[in-house]
Amino acid sequence: MTRLIPPLAGDDHVAGPATAAVTLVEYGDYQCPYCGEAYPELKVVQRAMGHGLRFVFRNFPLVEVHAHAMRAAQFAEAAAEAGRFWEAHDLLYENQDALDDQSLLAYGQHLGLDRALLMAAFEGRHDDKIQRDFLGGVRGGVNGTPSLFINGLLYEGPRDAANLVVILRQAASVRA
Amino acid sequence: MQDMTVPAPATALQPGVTAPDFTLPATPDQALSLSEMKGHPVILAFYPADWSPVCGDEMSLLNAVLPEFHKMGAQLVGISTDGVWCHAAFAAERKLHFPLLADFEPKGETARRYGVYRPVEGVADRALFVIDAQGVIRWSYVSPLGINPGADGILEALDKLAAHPRAEGAAA
Repeated sequence: MTRLIPPLAGDDHVAGPATAAVTLVEYGDYQCPYCGEAYPELKVVQRAMGHGLRFVFRNFPLVEVHAHAMRAAQFAEAAAEAGRFWEAHDLLYENQDALDDQSLLAYGQHLGLDRALLMAAFEGRHDDKIQRDFLGGVRGGVNGTPSLFINGLLYEGPRDAANLVVILRQAASVRA
Repeated sequence: MQDMTVPAPATALQPGVTAPDFTLPATPDQALSLSEMKGHPVILAFYPADWSPVCGDEMSLLNAVLPEFHKMGAQLVGISTDGVWCHAAFAAERKLHFPLLADFEPKGETARRYGVYRPVEGVADRALFVIDAQGVIRWSYVSPLGINPGADGILEALDKLAAHPRAEGAAA
C-alpha cells in the first residue's frame, strides 16, 4: 500500500520552522478520545524538540461516530482564518467533553473570534479543506485517529512522548 | 472446489478469478446476492466481528469514505459471521450507510469460498476484495487480524479499474 500523504500546502496548520529536520503530521479528530490522549504527549514532544520539529495538524473527523467532530473541525478552521488555529486546537482538545455548538460558540467568544466567521464555518465555508485533509489521509493510509506521519511515512509505534522523542531524533539525525 | 478445510493462514482468492456468488441476509427479512450488484464495482470487506472499539474501526472508517466509493461508482458491503440482529445493532450505533451481511449459517460459508475463513477462531479474516462490474476479482488483500487495513488500497484498486475498466489485464 502506498502510505504517501499529500505534501505540505499553504492551508496546512504548521507549528515550527520550515527548516526543522523533522516534520510530524497528525491526522486527528477533535472528539476522538485517543487523539485526546495523544494531545498532551504531543505537546511534550513539541517542547522537547523545539525548533527541530515542524508539527502539522490535518483534519480526520469521523462524523458518524463523533457527533461534534465536524463542527469542532469547522471551528478550528474558522479560528485559523483569524490566525488563532493553535489556540483553538488546544482549547478543543482540552475540553473534549464539551464540544456541542453552545460550547464552541463560547470558545469562539473566549478567543475573540468574530461570530460571523464561526457561523460561516458552520455553514460549510471550510468543508472542502476538511474533506481534502480527510481524503488525502485516507489515500495515504490513515486507518483511524490519531495517525502520525514522520517525514511523510506512517508511524505505527507507541505514541507516548518519551518514545516519540527518541524516534523523531533518530529521524532528524538520518536527515541531517 | 472452494472448500477450505486447511487451517489459517487462509488463501484469499486472487485477481482474475470470478468472484463466487453468494446470497446472505442483510437484515432480518432481506437477503442480498452478489449477482444483484453486477454492473458496478463491488467492494467486499470481510471482517472478524462487530463492535471493535478503536477510533476509526474499519467499518466506521469505510463508512466515512463511502461517499468517495459511491463517486467512483462502487458499492460496499461488509461481511462477518455475526448474526443479523447483531449487525442491525452495530450498524445503527455506528450509523453505517452500507449493508452488513451475516455469514452466519452455514457459518462462514462465504468467507470459506473466498479463502478467508479462520477455522481456529471461527471468524472471517480482515480481507478486502474489489470486484469489477463483470464480477471478476481485480484486487484482494488480507490484513493481519488486529490491523485495520484502511481504505487506500481500495481507492487505488478502484482508480485502476476506472483507468482499465475491462478485465483483460486483471491478473497482476
